[in-house]
Amino acid sequence: MMASPTNILGQSNVFARLGSIGKAREAGILLAFILVVAVTTTKNPNFLFSTDGFRDLLVTPALLMIVAVGQAIVIITRNVDLSVGSVVGLSAYLTGRVFMDMTWLPWPTVFLLGVVFGALLGLINGALVAFAKVPSLVITLGTLYAFRGINVMWTGSKRINASDMPADFLALGTSAWYRIPVITVIAVLVLAIAGWYTYTQRGGRELYAIGSDPDAANLYGLKVRRRVLSAFVISGALAGLAGVLYAARYGTVNSQVGLGLELQSVGAAVIGGVAIFGGSGSVFGAAIGAFLLLTINRALPVLGVDDFWQRAVVGALIIGAIVLDRLAANRQIRRLVALRDLDQQPGDSDSDRDRELPSDNTKAVNNV
Amino acid sequence: MSTNSAVKAAQPPALELEGVSKSFGSVAALVSASLRVEHGSIHALIGENGAGKSTVVKIIAGLYQRDGGTFRYRGEEVNFTNTAQSKDSGIAVIYQEPTLFPDISVTENIFMGRQPTKSLGRVNRTLMRAMVVDLFSQLGVKLDPDRPTRGLSIADQQIVEIAKAISLDARVLIMDEPTAALSGVEVDRLFKVARSLRDEGRAILFISHRFDEVFELCDTVTVMRDGEYIATSAIADTTVAQLVRQMVGRDISTLYPKEVAEIGDDVLVVSKLNEPGRFHDVSFTVRAGEIVALAGLVGAGRSEIAQAIFGVDSYESGSVTVNGTQLRKHDPVAAMRLGLALVPEDRRKQGVILESSVARNITLAIRQSLRKYGLLRAQTENAAASEWASRLEVKTSALDATAGTLSGGNQQKVVLAKWLATNPSVLIVDEPTRGIDVGTKSEVHRALSRLAGNGLAVLMISSELPEVLGMADRVLVVHEGRITAELDRAEATAETVMYAATHRSAVA
Repeated sequence: MMASPTNILGQSNVFARLGSIGKAREAGILLAFILVVAVTTTKNPNFLFSTDGFRDLLVTPALLMIVAVGQAIVIITRNVDLSVGSVVGLSAYLTGRVFMDMTWLPWPTVFLLGVVFGALLGLINGALVAFAKVPSLVITLGTLYAFRGINVMWTGSKRINASDMPADFLALGTSAWYRIPVITVIAVLVLAIAGWYTYTQRGGRELYAIGSDPDAANLYGLKVRRRVLSAFVISGALAGLAGVLYAARYGTVNSQVGLGLELQSVGAAVIGGVAIFGGSGSVFGAAIGAFLLLTINRALPVLGVDDFWQRAVVGALIIGAIVLDRLAANRQIRRLVALRDLDQQPGDSDSDRDRELPSDNTKAVNNV
Repeated sequence: MSTNSAVKAAQPPALELEGVSKSFGSVAALVSASLRVEHGSIHALIGENGAGKSTVVKIIAGLYQRDGGTFRYRGEEVNFTNTAQSKDSGIAVIYQEPTLFPDISVTENIFMGRQPTKSLGRVNRTLMRAMVVDLFSQLGVKLDPDRPTRGLSIADQQIVEIAKAISLDARVLIMDEPTAALSGVEVDRLFKVARSLRDEGRAILFISHRFDEVFELCDTVTVMRDGEYIATSAIADTTVAQLVRQMVGRDISTLYPKEVAEIGDDVLVVSKLNEPGRFHDVSFTVRAGEIVALAGLVGAGRSEIAQAIFGVDSYESGSVTVNGTQLRKHDPVAAMRLGLALVPEDRRKQGVILESSVARNITLAIRQSLRKYGLLRAQTENAAASEWASRLEVKTSALDATAGTLSGGNQQKVVLAKWLATNPSVLIVDEPTRGIDVGTKSEVHRALSRLAGNGLAVLMISSELPEVLGMADRVLVVHEGRITAELDRAEATAETVMYAATHRSAVA
């Protein structure tokens, strides 16, 4: 008799395994990433083992990774931020401009300024989405063009060169910490904080709830607007950070910085298992997705695949990831429903008795 | 019953509404609602569709704000402006369709937004899970706390909602038709849980359409009608007949006169139509010149039956015959060709194209036959449309005005015209006057009546009793997917129809 409450616990093993599909998903992407690196390295050992190769492997995806983490947070709330590429461009240019025009400002202040500027642009997106109730796809498509337009108008045909920026700042883009590029260290730190927040904090958990069912979130009395707004601010701030780091790393900034990053970041998130309709996935998946996406881009030429096919491979990867998710989700639903029926079917009278067991137990205990 | 009178006297009622009113634009949803729910009591709130029960629930939950009247919660006047406030004060609402987050675990669903935390504000998953295991054993249910709620049956989802209410230590639980989607066993389990909550001194407001359940579970009952409070009585002191009278007790006026028509041969014959989970063993006939009403409560399965007949949805077994020819199931094109027309319930979604012109809307279903050399001329279109527009007295500035500019009643006439232009022999109309003002309502009724007079067989689904009683030659009452009564014009009264609509077995 006393065993019945532990039934609840016993059953959960099955679900622990089901739940691990999510984790398995990230593991799968990581495996694919390792596979790509391994295959390419066998073809050309320099891909991994040369100093430059190792450095490129870590530093190339770092900027996309930062943007993809922000994108994932937005997508989890069942929104999308298509303006991130333009935000990266605008913050990168702003950073350079401030260095040129206000040479007296210490570089960390300028660094911070770029991030805050990105956050402000994110605030514009978020406010329009949360308060004007216009779908984020439309709003951020609009700001994608608007921000880029401002950028082009402001930059004109000028551009910012490495000589316009302080050496200490530029060193950020080139220096390394125990052979790991500083930019990559920053990206990993961002990932760790975002991952910690979305997994352990109430606010982070609410992002998932909102994306899972926005109407239910309203009925629950969750602060939907504030959360969605902050998701866009985070995404904007991270895009701003990526813009600043772009300036540090490449040293030249024109009006075309960050072009196309919006779709790459959405792609990275989707490949990494963030459901496009919100509610599931993780920033870790999106980060690994960013690594896989850009590493494949670099690996294919090494493997002798021509340009056209490189794009096709990336496309296939995104479609494959979505199809895989759909299949896994369908299988999970079937299994969940099957488990429920299993729970209720075996002879109606039997399951009735089962259901009543625990309450009889508690009554017996109470009587004692 | 087991209400404790000592408890009652000691504290003010859990919920007390007096003369609460609420309007949406010009439509008054509540005129004067009153309700008094005591602690340790299961209180039933009953009334016809549109009586205002859901509006009352939404006002208590803070989803709507009242326009007038008083609302006291545990003796104090309150003005909730959102659901978080009512929840924090200890009011939990369990909706007919629970609203859970499908991707998230049962445990987190129960605690979302108020998870227990440890240092650095981290969610304490271990503690949270233990609390859920505890809650479930208290409720006597077997549910895995770690699974996502996607795929849970409605009954289990309600259990999750109830667990949430208990974890909030809610003093008032409102259940809005919780049994509508449950099987017998599940209803028993829910009732057991409800009784034990009552015995703990919580107040439960139970909204239901099923009298047997009201009498089995509740101790007090309040009846509402047309947004007004009618009566509150102890269950022991009332009867089904009395409640029904209170629910429908208005004059069935002669607002809806059906013209006398010559009844002809069987046109539509439905025989033993069956689709598990939706409707069972449905058989009836509609003859030329006759208006047959499918009456019953919202969700009884009437629209499902209509859609199966028309072929929008499939069915498992049975047959549909029009003018002697059997219809293929799940084939609306063939149904249209054989003279069937369906005017759907949701005008805006399924009936009118608001952006198109009136003429285009009317000719939509017959465009193929109007074209010449593959082209459709505006002249031909207008000619065909104007005939029907004038016959149904569609009030529009011009035939090329967009349908969106018309009033609801005239939009409905446009939809009717569209289907009548196909020259059908059977017309199925689903809630023909929903959301239409009273004046235009009778115009729609007159149009339907005249059509029947011309020999059309009409099957009308309606949730409005006066409409059913005024218009129909025969009334078929549907309850939970079955026809529980077939009443002719003389037999059909508000009481007989309402009784059959709320009971599983047919009237003797």
